[in-house]
Formats: sequence, C-alpha cells, structure tokens
Amino acid sequence: MSLKRIDLLICCGSGCVSAGALKIKERFHEVLKEHNLTTEVNIIETGCMGPCDYGPVMVIYPEGIFYKKVSVDDVAEIVSEHFVKGRPVNRLMLQEEEKTFQAQKDVPFYQKQVKVALENCGYINPESLDEYIATGGYEALGTILTEMKPQDVINVIKESGLRGRGGGGFPTHIKWQMVHDNKADQKYIICNGDEGDPGAFMDRSLLEGDPHRILEGMMIAAYAMGASNGFFYIRAEYPLAIKRIKMAIEQAKELGLMGNNVFGSGFNFDAEVRTGAGAFVCGEEMALIHSIEGMRGNPTPKPPYPAVQGLWGKPTVVNNVETFGNIATIIRKGAAWFASMGTEKSKGTKVFALTGDVRNTGLVEVPMGITLRELIFDVGGGMIGDHKFKAVQLGGPSGGCLTVDHLDTSVDYESLKERGAMMGSGGVIVMNDEKCMVNVAKFFMEFCVEESCGKCSPCRIGLKQMLEILERITDGKGREGDIEELQRLGESINKLSLCGLGQTAPNPVLSTIRYFREEYESHIRDHSCANKVCLDLMHFNIDKERCIGCSLCARKCPTTCISGSREEKYTIHQIDCVKCGNCFDVCPVKAIDKIPGMHPEIAANRAQIAKAAQHYDD
Amino acid sequence: MYKEICAKYAPTKDNLIYILHEIQDSHPQHYISKDAVTAISEYLKVPENHIYGVLTFYSMYSTSPRGKNIIRLCESPPCYIKGSENILRKLKTILGVGVGETTKDGKFTLELCACLGVCGNAPVMMINEDVYGDLSEEKVEDIIEKVRGRS
Amino acid sequence: MKTLADLKKIREKAQEDMKLRGGNVRIKIVVGMGTSGIAMGAREVMKTFLEEIAARNLTDVLVTQTGEKGLSSMEPVVDLIEDGKTKVTYGNMNPDKVKKVVVEHIVNGRVVSDYVVATGN
Ligand SMILES: Cc1cc2nc3c(=O)[nH]c(=O)nc-3n(C[C@H](O)[C@H](O)[C@H](O)COP(=O)(O)O)c2cc1C
Ligand code: SF4
Ligand code: SF4
Ligand code: SF4
Ligand code: FES
Ligand code: FES
Repeated sequence: MSLKRIDLLICCGSGCVSAGALKIKERFHEVLKEHNLTTEVNIIETGCMGPCDYGPVMVIYPEGIFYKKVSVDDVAEIVSEHFVKGRPVNRLMLQEEEKTFQAQKDVPFYQKQVKVALENCGYINPESLDEYIATGGYEALGTILTEMKPQDVINVIKESGLRGRGGGGFPTHIKWQMVHDNKADQKYIICNGDEGDPGAFMDRSLLEGDPHRILEGMMIAAYAMGASNGFFYIRAEYPLAIKRIKMAIEQAKELGLMGNNVFGSGFNFDAEVRTGAGAFVCGEEMALIHSIEGMRGNPTPKPPYPAVQGLWGKPTVVNNVETFGNIATIIRKGAAWFASMGTEKSKGTKVFALTGDVRNTGLVEVPMGITLRELIFDVGGGMIGDHKFKAVQLGGPSGGCLTVDHLDTSVDYESLKERGAMMGSGGVIVMNDEKCMVNVAKFFMEFCVEESCGKCSPCRIGLKQMLEILERITDGKGREGDIEELQRLGESINKLSLCGLGQTAPNPVLSTIRYFREEYESHIRDHSCANKVCLDLMHFNIDKERCIGCSLCARKCPTTCISGSREEKYTIHQIDCVKCGNCFDVCPVKAIDKIPGMHPEIAANRAQIAKAAQHYDD
Repeated sequence: MYKEICAKYAPTKDNLIYILHEIQDSHPQHYISKDAVTAISEYLKVPENHIYGVLTFYSMYSTSPRGKNIIRLCESPPCYIKGSENILRKLKTILGVGVGETTKDGKFTLELCACLGVCGNAPVMMINEDVYGDLSEEKVEDIIEKVRGRS
Repeated sequence: MKTLADLKKIREKAQEDMKLRGGNVRIKIVVGMGTSGIAMGAREVMKTFLEEIAARNLTDVLVTQTGEKGLSSMEPVVDLIEDGKTKVTYGNMNPDKVKKVVVEHIVNGRVVSDYVVATGN
C-alpha cells in the first residue's frame, strides 16, 4: 500500500554530484526519518536536469517546484516547511529581476528547449527499467520486431532525415543501409561514448541519465542492419556512465528485452561495455575499433570503411550516443514528426553543452535552426556579470569560433560550416570580452598536440610547428609573416592528415585569424595583449598617486622585485617580475594596475640579449 | 597477485585494456610494474613490447609508482576560462609538489588531464573516482584536507 | 516478457507508480497545512486520505498540501479539484469525514454538501 504523496527528484548527474548532491540526498533520508515521513516521500536520483550551474538542483512533484543551489543546511527547512506544511521555500527558487520562478516548467532556461533525446533525462530514475518503460520505453523495439522488416526501419530513419550527432553529421540511414546490404556471418554495432571534446558532456549525461534509451536505440539499429552483438565504448573517465549502462544491460536481459528471441521475433542480441584509457583519438571510429581489439588506438586509412571491414574485420556501424538517443522516439512518433523540426538539411533537435562565460552553463536541447543568439542569450541567459559577448567556440578543438556578427546564424550543419565553425558534437564554449583569442587558439592547439597519436607526420610535426609559432607570438617573440605561416601550415595539415583529428586541428587557429586578425597583429607588432592575458605582453605598474606606501606588495612578492619606502612610494623592477599577480591581489588601495603591452624596460632588455646572442653567433 | 587478476579475464588480446586497468587500480601505488607486464605477457601470449606499446599509448596508465590518491585537474579550455590556473597554483602550494609529482608522504600525486565532461561546473578535478566541481581556492584546501584525513 | 501486450502491462503498472510526476490525475486533494491547520489535525486528515486512497487502489487521485488558506475558523480545510468541475472546499474535517468524502465524492462522484464550506475560487 503506497502512501506516497511527494516525488522528490534530486539531480545526481555528475555536475550536481560534483557540487555535493549526494550529501544532500543522505541528509534528506535522515531528516525524513526524523519527521516520520519516509512512507510519504519518494527520493529519486535522476540524471542531469540541465542547468548544472545552479547545482545541486531538485524538482518536487506533484507541484513541480524547482530548487537550485541547495545546500545540506537547507534540507531541514525544505522538509518542515514544504513537505510538512506545504509552504515551498521561496529563497531556494530561481529569482531573476524580482521575479520568482516556482515551477520547473516556468524557468526561462527551459523555455526554448525541445527535448527528444533528453526527454527523460532528469525526469526518471535511470536505474529503474520500470520508469523507462512508463515513459513508453521499449515500445519502439517491440513494434519494429513484431511488425516491421529491417528495411522498413531503415526507411523510417531515412525519412526522418536523422544525421549523426557525433560530429560529422553523416546521414545515419546510409551507414545502416551499407551494413544491411553487406552479407556477413557476423556484424557489429558500436556505440561511441568516448566523448573527449573539451567542453562536451552531452553523451555522458545521456548515458548516465537515460541508459535504456541508448540501449533501445542500439538494438533497433542492430535489428535494422542484422547485427547480433553490440559494444558500448565509454571513456574510463566516466565511471558512472559505465555503471549505468552495465546495469541497463543486466535489467534488459532479466526481463527478456535482450538475449535470445526478443519479443518472440527470433531476434537475438547481446551487448557489452568496453572502456577507453585516456586517449582522445580513440573517439575516431577506426581508432576506437582498434582499441576494442586491444591495440593502440591509432586511426587507419579509410577505405576500407568500418561498414565493410570493421571490428575484427566484420561489417560494423559506429554511432554516437546521442544518435542512438533519437532512434526510439523517431520510431514511436514517426519520421514526419521528427522531420518537422529543424531546417531543410538538418532535422530534429540537437543537444548542446553550454560552458564558459555564459550564465546558465549546462545541458540543453534545442531544435536545429535556432539562432546562436537564442541559444546563448535566451537559453543560456547571456553573459555572466557585466561582460560583453566576444566569441563562441563551436565543435571543440576541431571547430571554429564565431563572433558577435554571427549571432543570428542558424545553428545547423551547413550554416556553421560555411562560417568556419562546425556543429561538432555539441560543445558550445562562450567567451567574454576579457578573453585573448590568440591565447585561446593556443590552448586548443596544445590539446591537439598532446592528443595527436603521432601516426602521420603532418599532424605530429605540423601541429607542433603551429604551436611553437603560437607560443612565440604569445611570448612576445612573434615575427612578421607568422600569421601567413600559420595559415599555410594549417591548410596543408588539413589536407594531408590521415584522420579527423589532424584534419580539423588547425580550425580554431584559422578561424581566430579570420575573425580576430588584429589581435594576432597587435601581439606580433606591438607586443601587446589588449586583454592582459598573455603575461609577456602585459605588465604590472604601481600608481604612485594612489600608493600609500604600506609595503604589503613588497612583502608578498616572491622575487622581491618591489622596493620603495613610505615616503618614496613603491616601484616594481620590471626585469625581475614573474607576473605572479600577488601584488595586484593584496594591495589594500588597489594602487596596482595591469597594463597591456610589454614594459619598455623588458623590450630594451630583450633587444640587448638578442644583440649579444647575435654577436656571439658571429 | 597479477596472475589472479589476469585469470578473471579470458586470455584474449581484447581484454588487455581491462587487465591493465584492474592491475593499476588494485596496486596501492597505482601503476603497472615490469613484473605485471611480464605476467600479462605470459597470460595473453603476446610479446611484452606489444603491451608496452599499448600501455604508453593511453594516458591513464603509469609505469612509475604514484601516490595513494591521484588528483587529476582538468586543463581543458572551458575549465581554463573559469580559472583552473589559480586552482593549479593552489594545489601546488598546498601539496608542495609540481605536476606529475607525488607528495613525500605518498598520499597524493598531482596530474593534469583533459576535459572530464563536467564543464558546466568548471573548474573541475577528479580525486580517484570522485569529481569535484565549482572549485575555488578555499574549496580545494577543504577537499584536500578531507581526503588527507580519510587516507 | 514476450509480447507488446506484456510490455503494456508493465507500463501501466509503472505509470501508476509515477503518477505524482504528472499525467493521469483525475482528482487533486489539497489539504491546508498551515500552522492552524496542523494544530487542528490536518496531518491526521491528510494521512487518512492517503490511507483510504491506497486501500481502495485509486490510481488517479493525488493528495498534496498547501499553506494557510485564510479560513482558520474552519480548519482543517481541504480542496477537491476535479478536471472540468468547480473546486469544492470542505471544512472542519476529521478522519471520519475524510472516509465519507472518499466514498461519496471521490468514488461515487457525489459532493458531501454537509461538509462544504465554499465552492469555486
Ligand atoms: C579525433 C576524433 C575524435 C572523435 N571523437 C568522437 C567521440 O568522442 N564521439 C563520437 O560519437 N564521435 C567521435 N568522432 C567521430 C567518429 O569517428 C564517428 O564519425 C562517429 O562516432 C559516428 O557516429 P554518428 O554517425 O552517429 O555521428 C571523432 C572523430 C575524430 C576524428
Ligand atoms: S591525423 Fe594525427 S591523430 Fe590522426 S592518425 Fe594522423 S597523427 Fe594520428
Ligand atoms: S606580479 Fe608578482 S613578481 Fe611581479 S611584482 Fe607583483 S608580486 Fe612581484
Ligand atoms: S600594497 Fe599597494 S599601497 Fe601598499 S605599497 Fe604596494 S602598491 Fe603601495
Ligand atoms: S548535473 Fe544536475 S543539472 Fe546537470
Ligand atoms: S573542460 Fe574541464 S571538465 Fe570539461
């Protein structure tokens, strides 16, 4: 007999867990016991609800009340006020411009979102197969197995216009068709959960928050192409995702949704989980296949494509997690429904991870064709603080950045590509006007150099050369012609590299040169970083008018390069300054400024050293 | 000990990655020793240099001893934008070690890593399997204290 | 589990367990749980509702609570909100009256006019 009257959904996605959600859950158990309410309240751990930045977040049904940034100390009040007396705690609700948003559905963050792949994420208990079934789960699988031929399934996916969500945007039905048409004694299906793009957490959230959906999608695909074995390749950094998928597989087997003769249709299927070990390139499908085989995860040239010769030489389809996340819903609601969303060539919705200087960082799903402005300013809530929007990096280290001028661009595969960015897997890194674009490009390049597998020289050597040039530019040693050299290298690396990593790695540099060329120029020509990010191209200065001579900065300086007296005031000896910023932080009267540009003394000193070196060479 | 771990897996090459993971995780110093490689090589009947090839390819494996707790601070751009540099500085000060080094008491090894997929709560670090987000310098101090106390 | 019909059975049962999260709700019972309501026995009233509903396996009825209702002379106060009908407010409730309301109003659809203290908003 159930006396439950409240469903307390606590987000236990990795974001909220990293912000302390598990301690809050424990506390709820304690307090409910104290109040004798354990029979009346269900505590449900869900996957990511989306607005990770508000974490830990929770939603309380039946009212659907949304609380954010909950701490352990708030639990007692929620129980005694909300659960016992029915008075929701206003101060924990989202408040913006004097408005309080009570219900989750009213929170602005959710307004322009349309959830397909994320439909259940943050709404159901991911460890409960029953809850997945309650939302219509496995109905699509049952329907296709009992009523449709494999070719019919492929046709539905074709009509829906679904394209791969793993970065390339390759039409899903084409791959399926190829493997379907290939006769072989064994075929494999692989779910690519290697998600390594910095700034991406769509796949992790899906695997953690709604694992059965991904499993069902994989099984539908397996049936369509005639595969009886599947692998989930999930990066080792995602232990919770691994655990959840393993659990889903067990549950599905137990209920007979997986295994032999599913739905009495003669369809047999088994799946297992494989993990990576920290190599970004293993997200590339051939590298991934080699990694599963127990080898180094090096990409190999295509053709042969995996659809012809994949895992252990058998026809194989590799699909992204989110791609699978759309399949069951397309089958249930129909291709026409899916195709009614989005643009002409990019159908449906896309999940994005908003990060960086935007207010609502987190996980969102929007219809394709939404503008960048809507995505960043309406869903994302605009910029943090009083800062202005400067740029957005789409598609991670393979993508490019776009600027204020592109805010009205439609978010779809083609429009983004035309402008030098790309959809990628869905990472959206928003940057404010304090960022230095040369520095950002250097950072992405560092990532690619570190992750290059070294198999082919354009990528292994070329990227390193690009990084060296970027480093000398940000160190104040840039030369005339460096920009052109970067462009030249970038273009040839793009043409000559074996796999997507090398081919796309120059993109962040090329796109920042395209849209922020003047920043590169001032770094090189004026030795100045306007945003005072590149330490060699800025300096600290004590304003004697404001300095009160307290000597605090001098005492905190690690290189003791500040000297002076109460009367004379203090000065920095620029040559010895290591730009640690301690003085800037400690000055009680804020008498120290960060100033763009290399200090003249340093410039003179460097020139002298260079001259001496030349002398020595001669 | 290595033999027992190997025996949990079928002796096929595709299990190499799992065996390596488990051997590393179960070693108190979180690394894969020469002896371990020899044991795996015998079990899977693959040459040692193949194993080293795989071992060195993946960044999560270590061939030298490490601390009891592995701290992995994310150095990818979204975390960098949110100030991971300050966190790194703080960690170095508290622990008194540089990146890749282990504290004298053997309790912590400090490492940098690529995006952990928790960038909504940047900056982020992982200590063993636990993720800590929304880091600030004060928070880091607290977390390290707690973990130190536990081990 | 072998057929779509089997799956449907599991689904229906599972949906029932998730009914608090929206969906198939015919009648919503809102118990006033302000300080004076609690003092007058609102918790007992709510508990009786929960027990009666569970005992009768009424799957489309939801019990929730709210704060002070400004009818303190008639506490405990309970609203019955039914899709497409005017709201009915019962006052001076106690466990016996609750049992009667469940049988009459919720099961048989007949308002217990003796206990009604207000209708509409
Ligand atoms: C360096 C590199 C890394 C990649 N990482 C991923 C990844 O983490 N996840 C993913 O789904 N696809 C990744 N891809 C793309 C895959 O090779 C493949 O195209 C994709 O998994 C196909 O799935 P889809 O058609 O469903 O998008 C990567 C490609 C390259 C070149
Ligand atoms: S492009 Fe780079 S990552 Fe790809 S195979 Fe060549 S070296 Fe390896
Ligand atoms: S930035 Fe650091 S090194 Fe430079 S003057 Fe200030 S305290 Fe000294
Ligand atoms: S801390 Fe500030 S006020 Fe004090 S000596 Fe340094 S610059 Fe002057
Ligand atoms: S993890 Fe909780 S909202 Fe994303
Ligand atoms: S960038 Fe640090 S967790 Fe993603």
